[in-house]
Amino acid sequence: MSKVHVQTKINGEEVEFLCEPRQSLLEVLRETLGFTGTKEGCNDGNCGACSAIVDGALVNSCLMLAVEAQGKEITTVEGLAGPEGLHPLQRKFLEHASLQCGICTPGFLVASKALLDQNPNPTEHQVRHWLAGNLCRCTGYDKIVRAVLDAAQTLRAGA
Amino acid sequence: MTTTNGANYKVIGTRPIRHDGTDKVVGRAVYGGDVRLPGMLYGQVLRSPHAHARIRRIDTSKAAALPGVRAVVTAGDLPAVADKRMDLGEGVVSLKYLRDNILASDKAVYKGQPVAGVAAVDLHTAEEALALIVVEYEVLPPVVEVRQAMKEGAPLLHETLTTKELGEDTKKKSNVASHLRHVLGDLAAGFAGAAVVVEREFNTATVHQGYIEPQNATAMWSLDGQLTIWTSTQGAFTARDQVAAVLDHPVSKIKVVPQEIGGGFGGKIPVYLEPVAALLSRKSGHPVKLIMTRSDVFQSTGPTPGSYVRVKMGVDQSGKLVAAEAYMAFEAGGFPGAEIGAGAMCVFSCYDVPNAQVDVYDVVVNKPKSAPYRAPCAPQAAFAVEAVVDELAEKLGQDPIDFRLKNAAKEGTRRVDGVVFPRIGCAETLQALKDHPNYKIPLGPNQGRGVAIGYWFNIGFKSSVSASVNEDGTVNLVEGSTDIGGSRASIAMQFAEVLGLAAEDINPAVVDTNSIGYTDVTGGSRVTYATGWAAYEAAQDVKAQMILRAAVLWEVPADQVEFSEGSFIHKGSDKKLSFKELAAKLDDTGGPVVGKGNVKPNSGVGGSFAANIVDVEVDPETGKVQVLRFTVAQDAGKAIHPSYVEGQMQGGSVQGIGWALNEEYYYTERGEMANASYLDYRIPTSLDLPMIDTVIVEVPNPGHPFGVRGVGEAPIVPPMAAVANAIYGATGARLNELPMRPDRVVAALQAQAAH
Amino acid sequence: MPLVWIPTQFQRFTGGKSQVQAEGATVREVIESLEAAYPGIRERLCEEGRVRPEIAVAVDSEITTEGMRARVGPESEVTFLPAIAGG
Repeated sequence: MSKVHVQTKINGEEVEFLCEPRQSLLEVLRETLGFTGTKEGCNDGNCGACSAIVDGALVNSCLMLAVEAQGKEITTVEGLAGPEGLHPLQRKFLEHASLQCGICTPGFLVASKALLDQNPNPTEHQVRHWLAGNLCRCTGYDKIVRAVLDAAQTLRAGA
Repeated sequence: MTTTNGANYKVIGTRPIRHDGTDKVVGRAVYGGDVRLPGMLYGQVLRSPHAHARIRRIDTSKAAALPGVRAVVTAGDLPAVADKRMDLGEGVVSLKYLRDNILASDKAVYKGQPVAGVAAVDLHTAEEALALIVVEYEVLPPVVEVRQAMKEGAPLLHETLTTKELGEDTKKKSNVASHLRHVLGDLAAGFAGAAVVVEREFNTATVHQGYIEPQNATAMWSLDGQLTIWTSTQGAFTARDQVAAVLDHPVSKIKVVPQEIGGGFGGKIPVYLEPVAALLSRKSGHPVKLIMTRSDVFQSTGPTPGSYVRVKMGVDQSGKLVAAEAYMAFEAGGFPGAEIGAGAMCVFSCYDVPNAQVDVYDVVVNKPKSAPYRAPCAPQAAFAVEAVVDELAEKLGQDPIDFRLKNAAKEGTRRVDGVVFPRIGCAETLQALKDHPNYKIPLGPNQGRGVAIGYWFNIGFKSSVSASVNEDGTVNLVEGSTDIGGSRASIAMQFAEVLGLAAEDINPAVVDTNSIGYTDVTGGSRVTYATGWAAYEAAQDVKAQMILRAAVLWEVPADQVEFSEGSFIHKGSDKKLSFKELAAKLDDTGGPVVGKGNVKPNSGVGGSFAANIVDVEVDPETGKVQVLRFTVAQDAGKAIHPSYVEGQMQGGSVQGIGWALNEEYYYTERGEMANASYLDYRIPTSLDLPMIDTVIVEVPNPGHPFGVRGVGEAPIVPPMAAVANAIYGATGARLNELPMRPDRVVAALQAQAAH
Repeated sequence: MPLVWIPTQFQRFTGGKSQVQAEGATVREVIESLEAAYPGIRERLCEEGRVRPEIAVAVDSEITTEGMRARVGPESEVTFLPAIAGG
């Protein structure tokens, strides 16, 4: 199977890679590019551990072919922190103890960022609804939801 | 053992940021699936499509010839060894059964049982190779329900399996692998004296731990015979022991390097992929990585037993329990080993009952071999008992919490297994619920409230810790308990407390099996208790050594030096050094200070009680049950890091809610799981749930330096019963089968309306 | 004299009695004294000089990790239980 050359932007940086047409974006992120922060939980779009933002839209990267990344801008968990330090979502997840095993955490952080980019003042119900595509088995979601609401408040205050 | 005074803790009870937190939120933490090694091959496993079949022939030649394939292995690649019984720290297992569950030899006893492994240059090639392996099966009739399996004439899964009674072989061939019985007092006399008796039957479906990270293993078998395994495991040492047993390879030549682990709940205690990866590595000469697909995780790892439970309980006129009887049959899966002893111990443990009998059965069926799932077998037992207790309370017109308080187990209560309870927090946990404002919130139409309580005994077992003092007064704390839920922080906090240090002054690290003394599994609710205790001992050791060093420095006798409030003090003069100041001078006084702690607590493992109030609203048309409010109170003894104690309470509760309402393995007549994906095996999402309100009760465990009781498992024990009791409150219908799906709720309502 | 709780499965050795008096200052000595009074019971409790791996021993309601060596006091209760772990 001959490989396809893809040019894309990941976490603000130009990236190019070769991939087989059958490879998912998740597989290429992890295996080819070394972005192992994005996790595989099910590989069929049901758990959200592979959440990534592609041209502003939240996607399950296991359901997207890598060749579809051509010309697109992708954000993964590795792109959340900046020169000033952790993103408020990351800080609040730590403060609220919103992770236990942590495997779902990258997916939740990316999904939460996508939410707050779109809706900076969500209600608890809106947070729960948006995040229903991300499965967590350890926390029962309570501390995750609290962290997202707290981070939203922090971001609105300009912190 | 005297528990230290808790009133003035500086670190214990606070909520520091966990030490591994930053790596986990930036995506840098390395989980087993993230491991990369030069020259690494990718593997996949072929699994039986049949629930019950003899394996006649396996032909791997076409797969081995596929370009890109570097090795293919089957059970034939395992060294020939005689069968024997092995104690691997989680009960006695047969070596043949252990090996057959890694790579099947003569039979497949569940759909999904591994049959062959392939290693190739990439995963897609490995998957293509699987399709080229030819296996000749002689399909046999399956049995997938526990009572069917117990009947005379049921298909036998194992020709040589005979029923054991507490280790004694009855020589009776059967699918019943084991039977245990406990008797206390005089059951007949007890029931004879009862004013009200309730007897009910219950069925629970197979459910899975549901950890988001699939099993994984990377193995490198060097030419010198050294085998290194990188894996996400709940126990690096027990993984090493299992691999050594399966491969007949010396323990000294196996190093297990535990990676960060994405959930376990008991399901990552057994090994599945590690020996297969090792064999593939040996054959190919390369490192080999195997990761299970989600479908494999459901069908080929260790869900918890489905069960049939019958409970009969009697009370006298005043509401005092006088007799209790339980019959519990658990589905072990394809090989024996359901944790029936635990179910037998826990079933009536919340109550003071003078006359009781418990019979429990470990029964093989053509389903994946069960593995522990968070308090194994206790939730099934509680689902039954707490419903019967609820009915008794109602028949007597008593408040459900008051009824339980009246009968609550306490210090001095004798359990059905003969053991007497030390100081426990059963009544305090119930009282915490009774006092909670959620218990008084008025309910609306179609709404109901249920309560339930559950118990888990917790284990001690072995832990080792090593602590090196750095020149700047920080400490490197090395331990062997893989961290699934924030435990390295709570271990570091216990160490810090002894020496008056901050949690941030400790650098905890979880290391491989060559780098620390033997440490048992992260499971059984033991880590904060036992590894924390080892850290406490290591801190005491460091303290003692540093007292000697201060004495050397000051040129005074050691018995004139003491440690108090974080400083070393010379009694009788004003010489004083803080821990940090002395740490800077260690080199002058004899070199490094390294402390050790290794424990196998011989006593004082404290059990934990968890109790729930659940409010639900039931849609009478669709049968959908909405959880409105969920309150969990639990006795933690002493909460080292309250956020992570709350996390255990909330996580276990939500697993219980899923078990109650949605989760099940749906089996076809051919013994195949029809819903092996997260789409159709429905675990709770954030949208299904409210906030989970928690109350940490602290009845200190007299058997631990800080009073710790393990908390990981008890929270999953009561929720299904609490939800069932709430559904009854909302509808007047008692559901006795799990899950309490919408169609079952509707059927129960219709049956009720028909009367 | 220590009091020993006999598992239901082994009460056929003790004529149906669930509790019996024994003698001894260690679990080993207690088992020996049980064997003297109720021949055959030791083989159900031990193999190769150790407590069977399927069985746990509690002395005064604390599961002991010292096996046969565990000390037993004159007023102690000794209970034999199925050995269990957890998840």
